[in-house]
Amino acid sequence: MPKRTDIKTILIIGSGPIIIGQACEFDYSGSQACKALREEGYSIVLVNSNPATIMTDPEFSDRTYIEPLTVDVLEKIIAKERPDVLLPTLGGQTALNLGFDLERAGILKKYGVEMIGATADVIERAEGREQFKKTVESLNLELPRSAIVRTMDEARAARDLIGLPCVLRPAFTMGGTGGGIAYNRDEYDDIIERGLELSPVHEVLVEESVIGWKEFEMEVMRDHADNVVIVCAIENFDPMGVHTGDSITVAPAQTLTDKEYQRMRDASLAIIRAIGVETGGSNIQFAIDPATGRMVVIEMNPRVSRSSALASKATGFPIAKIAAKLAVGYRLDEINNDITRETPACFEPTIDYVVTKVPRFTFEKFPGASITLTTSMKSIGEAMAIGRTFKESLQKALRSMETGHFGLGCSRGDRFGTSRAPDRDEIISKLVTPNPYRIWAIRYGMLQGMTVEEIHEKSLIDPWFLQNMKDLVDFEVEKLRPIQRIEDATPEILKEAKSLGYSDRQLSYLWDVPEFEIRRRRKELGIQPTFRLVDTCAAEFEAYTPYYYSTYDTLDEVKIEPGRKRVMILGGGPNRIGQGIEFDYCCCHAAYALREEGYESIMVNSNPETVSTDYDTSDRLFFEPLTVEDVLNIYERVKPDGVIVQFGGQTPLNLARALEAAGVPIIGTSPESIDLAEDRDRFQALLRRIGLRQPENGIARDATTARQIAQQIGYPVLVRPSYVLGGRAMKIVYDDAELAEYVDKAIYASPDQSLLIDKFLEDATEVDVDALSDGERSIVCGVMEHIEEAGIHSGDSACALPPYSLSKEMIAEIKRQAYALARELKVIGLMNIQFAIKDGQIYVLEVNPRASRTVPFVSKATGIPIPKLAAKVMLGKTLDDLGIKEEPWPKHISVKESCFPFVRFPGVDIILGPEMRSTGEVMGVDKDFAMAFAKSQLAVKTVLPKSGKIFMSFADRDKEAGAALASQFQQLGFEILSTPGTAKIFRDHGVSVTQIFKVQQGRPNIIDYMKNDQVRLIVNTPSGPGAHEDERKIRAEAVARGVACVTTISAARVVVHAIKAMQSGEMEVKALQDWYSEAKS
Amino acid sequence: MTIAKLALENGMVFTGTAFGATGESTGEVVFNTSMTGYQEILTDPSYFGQIVTMTYPLIGNYGINRVDCESAKPWLSGFVCRELARRVSNYRHTQKLEDYLADSGIIGLQGVDTRSIVLATRTQGAMKGILSTTDLDDASLVKKAKASLGLVGRDLAREVMPAKITEWSQINEEEWQPEVLHNSEKPSRPLHVVAMDFGMKWNIARCLAEIGCQVTVVPGSTPADEILARKPDGVFLSNGPGDPEPLDYAITTIRKLVGEKPIFGICLGHQLLGQALGGKTFKLKFGHRGANQPVLNHRSGRVEITTQNHGFAVDVKSLPSDVEATHVNLNDQTLEGLHHRTLPVFSVQYHPEASAGPHDSMYLFNEFIAKMKSENKKSPAHAG
Repeated sequence: MPKRTDIKTILIIGSGPIIIGQACEFDYSGSQACKALREEGYSIVLVNSNPATIMTDPEFSDRTYIEPLTVDVLEKIIAKERPDVLLPTLGGQTALNLGFDLERAGILKKYGVEMIGATADVIERAEGREQFKKTVESLNLELPRSAIVRTMDEARAARDLIGLPCVLRPAFTMGGTGGGIAYNRDEYDDIIERGLELSPVHEVLVEESVIGWKEFEMEVMRDHADNVVIVCAIENFDPMGVHTGDSITVAPAQTLTDKEYQRMRDASLAIIRAIGVETGGSNIQFAIDPATGRMVVIEMNPRVSRSSALASKATGFPIAKIAAKLAVGYRLDEINNDITRETPACFEPTIDYVVTKVPRFTFEKFPGASITLTTSMKSIGEAMAIGRTFKESLQKALRSMETGHFGLGCSRGDRFGTSRAPDRDEIISKLVTPNPYRIWAIRYGMLQGMTVEEIHEKSLIDPWFLQNMKDLVDFEVEKLRPIQRIEDATPEILKEAKSLGYSDRQLSYLWDVPEFEIRRRRKELGIQPTFRLVDTCAAEFEAYTPYYYSTYDTLDEVKIEPGRKRVMILGGGPNRIGQGIEFDYCCCHAAYALREEGYESIMVNSNPETVSTDYDTSDRLFFEPLTVEDVLNIYERVKPDGVIVQFGGQTPLNLARALEAAGVPIIGTSPESIDLAEDRDRFQALLRRIGLRQPENGIARDATTARQIAQQIGYPVLVRPSYVLGGRAMKIVYDDAELAEYVDKAIYASPDQSLLIDKFLEDATEVDVDALSDGERSIVCGVMEHIEEAGIHSGDSACALPPYSLSKEMIAEIKRQAYALARELKVIGLMNIQFAIKDGQIYVLEVNPRASRTVPFVSKATGIPIPKLAAKVMLGKTLDDLGIKEEPWPKHISVKESCFPFVRFPGVDIILGPEMRSTGEVMGVDKDFAMAFAKSQLAVKTVLPKSGKIFMSFADRDKEAGAALASQFQQLGFEILSTPGTAKIFRDHGVSVTQIFKVQQGRPNIIDYMKNDQVRLIVNTPSGPGAHEDERKIRAEAVARGVACVTTISAARVVVHAIKAMQSGEMEVKALQDWYSEAKS
Repeated sequence: MTIAKLALENGMVFTGTAFGATGESTGEVVFNTSMTGYQEILTDPSYFGQIVTMTYPLIGNYGINRVDCESAKPWLSGFVCRELARRVSNYRHTQKLEDYLADSGIIGLQGVDTRSIVLATRTQGAMKGILSTTDLDDASLVKKAKASLGLVGRDLAREVMPAKITEWSQINEEEWQPEVLHNSEKPSRPLHVVAMDFGMKWNIARCLAEIGCQVTVVPGSTPADEILARKPDGVFLSNGPGDPEPLDYAITTIRKLVGEKPIFGICLGHQLLGQALGGKTFKLKFGHRGANQPVLNHRSGRVEITTQNHGFAVDVKSLPSDVEATHVNLNDQTLEGLHHRTLPVFSVQYHPEASAGPHDSMYLFNEFIAKMKSENKKSPAHAG
């Protein structure tokens, strides 16, 4: 069956902003699909609200809509573009749900759009609990035993059937409230009783507990002709009970015999057929009782997923690309395996290495959030590593995390042998309850003499995995630690250490010598890594795709084409808050630019979710940790003419100095300039020299100096440690006491760091500028005016491009300052500047001579591929060579809004501050600012009401401004609810208010109103330092119930306009291609 | 820790540590790409005369259990892997891999760069090799490897086939019985299959027994009249080690059986049938050994992911016109299955009984049953 010829236009839905559980992997899958389907000659209509994606680049589709992902908006796009088919399986759960909703709303039928990849029936069978259960059981397969109970009698019967322990889930309670695990009869009765009461439908689901069972995932593909293959089996290090996204996972499966594996394969094939996924990839999860081998089916995703991205990177089999081709009618055996070229994609990859994925958490950003890992995902990113053994790949994965660990212990983050070494109780508690630090607890336990059996008993982690860790710990204790001096390390021991995945950094820590000494010694002895191919076939066939990993074996497979110019790009590593898809976007563009300029591009990255780690993106891909050692190894092997460090965010910048010192040619802005911009004193001198202003500031290394500086420049002040990412540990403090407390903590956390203290400019307007410079001339690519005032982290603030309230003169002055800075810092490539404007005065807050988070947004807003141009500039082109004459200044307005993971961290306050906490972003585009803003709100699921009740509560200093706002809302027809204090001021200003009780003082209060769905919008500014308990409760409830909640005056002002725009006009949709062509006309 | 070395006839020497037995052993060095199933591979008699390198680096993780054997003992000449597990984790295991190999007298080698062995084999073809814990002199080992007997022209099947005739009695434990085998109706009475054993994997007999056959296992050297005298409903030709050409006695027997009885052959059985029908066999550069080989079934139009273990193949061009090529390997377009155009005689190069490997092709056993049934209908004399 060749491809379908009855289709011309295909609608693809993306996954929206990066959130926990839906990250770059869907940009990878979506952009692969766009590429694959356009190659086949189809016309692609793409919808995604996330501007930071490669897939929303206008060249990736024929029609690109950056619009909110809602049924209404999709209908408008469908009406306009009239696609023949909708492919909903490549944009995560978001796209799948939207496809389902469009079908159920009759919209697809109305416009004659066929759903391909998965139909609504398939989605329902796979995702509907009861239907899934019925289907799976009809195949003679088991799910965990379960029953729904409505009375205590039913509950007792269910208990006898299911047994203890069991998991209890009251139906329809918010965030699983009232559920739990019952280990004994009393506990069971208690939870059931409470659950029945809490559940609005008085139902509790009783489910057999499979916590602690072995967990597996199968990645399955099927085509129209019913050919089914398993691409990869994944075994979880963390047993059942921890979300697979939060688990350390390993490919392939390690502890299954062939009989057990084939049983799981048979089950996977039977399930994908019975659910009826006709084409594409699915992910099926299983649990196995380690004691008896009993296998149960956990769930299925009838779409590509995070795991399929991982499986693609782990095996070299591009699941999303193949899934897209299958959806338009190809058979698996009609598609060639890209890597081997001659063999078909209809096979099951076999690998001759081990892949380990480790999740990256950012709990430090969410104080108060529970670090216990459960079935609800909490990690923000992940790194993957490839090694010839589990030990090697685990160590490589751990050193890819950028958490101060360079493997399993023996580096800066190691607490063993220090005063902070955990005691037995702490170790045991960390073993028993899953948490991000369990991997370290296992090692500490082993170092304290705990056996594999004991640790298994506590953690239920499979003894095979634990033994591998024990092998490492034994080697460390018996072989590495006894060595006093590097000269005493025999070549055999060094070689074995490297083969076990130990980094030079770990050895340098153990033997107390500089890292480069280890490297020197190693090279002297000829102990060097070999690069091996990821080839889908364990070397059975020749591989043509240069996708490598390093290991310490005997034969290197890198082939260098002599005489070719080549440039290496360092990627961004695992996603964190403040470091995510934006930088991957830039790295991909660098690769595209290199290709266009005839250079060979070499990508280095450790993040399996990304487009940059698609072997198609660059000419060579090295899936390696981003550490000095690993990067130098690649550098020495392929000898690139230059290395790009300014696109991958902070990760490669942290390596720049060491790489340069080792003789690596860094192209673009020099590390010296980067350092100049980051060094407080030097930068201050530079600003003085060119006559630019910055908020008054100082540097302190101790509490006394800090206080002196703060008093001298006057509170409030902004304090932070030097060299931070994403505003980490940054705080605005209002008095001596607060400052003292902060300094205490900061100095404890990292004694060597100095503290930066800045005057905090209250109520200032913040402006972000991205500029591009060739060393001689520079252009400003975008001026973004923030919606929230300065002090809110720029990554969290909404912003508009072009500015919505700044005067022409002000913009001209901002540009002048930007040019001056670019010249002075000798920027070659990109530069980002943050300005604050207060009382008509411009202050420079920060300059980063590198790609910033806003680069993709600016690229989308202006239609200019900024990072690609920057890469070309770094290769030596001038802006003139590139034909860049004018600065872009679009006629339409683009608004960027951030989205936050608060719903995953119950109890964490949602107030914005200098510490960045957003995970992703969306863009709203319109000719009108207010409507563009309204779109951006809709895109982050903040539903602004057109009518109804608004609750308003303000900090004292905001009450005047609040009254003006209240009056505007009233004019728009809203009813204002307020507590007594605010209400009085409102009344004084002639606003009529419905006064309600404060939360602690009577009922009904605002919580009741929210629970009764009577209030549609909360406007609440925090009352100064140390947010009030009432306010926290209100905001938490708003998050839990999805009620729009605005926490700054500046944002509230814009919200008024947005609501007004929504009341007076329909939201219209327009493709980027149209916006751009209008801008040119 | 005992040092062991693997030397190839091309002069490459790999040094690692020994596990299992010690001593010295020669064989053809081949690689298998299955990520699971080392126990089945170890006990597959078709590996007789070969030193098997596993491409998956971590071996021994789940130990050895009582059930997953394909014959009574390991037959291969040596076993090579990257890293042997120090701890076994599996609820069914009864023994560690190294102990099993030691008990069986098989030398294991770990800690060597197995991918380099694979790359050498892929580019230079399967080579003769030697595995030793006693002689650690590289030059001497290479010399011995060169001097060792290869596989070509040798009747290895003779060495692994059973000495006497037995009635097969075991089937798979219920939980390991693949569903697909039970899709067809069971015959009303057990069908009698005589299996010519050239080194048969037990799972073939188990599968036949499971779907309702009474299996008589006879040595592959059994002549045709002796087989026909047992009045079978069908004859099965098993897998086995090495080169099919020297097995002229078996080819003669099969020629006599063609047209008399429905015949189903697997692997070596397929090659022997191919020769009996007039085709030719040849040695592949390095063979197919693994559990992920895609095979297109021309008749159904579907692709089966198959288990394979063979170094020789039937040349598709040599097939006479009354034989149809039914299956083809999508990786290298070699012949994977044939069917006589008029007689109920067919065979596949791969292993539908899987073990280790996917169950995609188990339907072939049902087809064999169907052929026997329909032959019985044609000649009711045999019925009852």
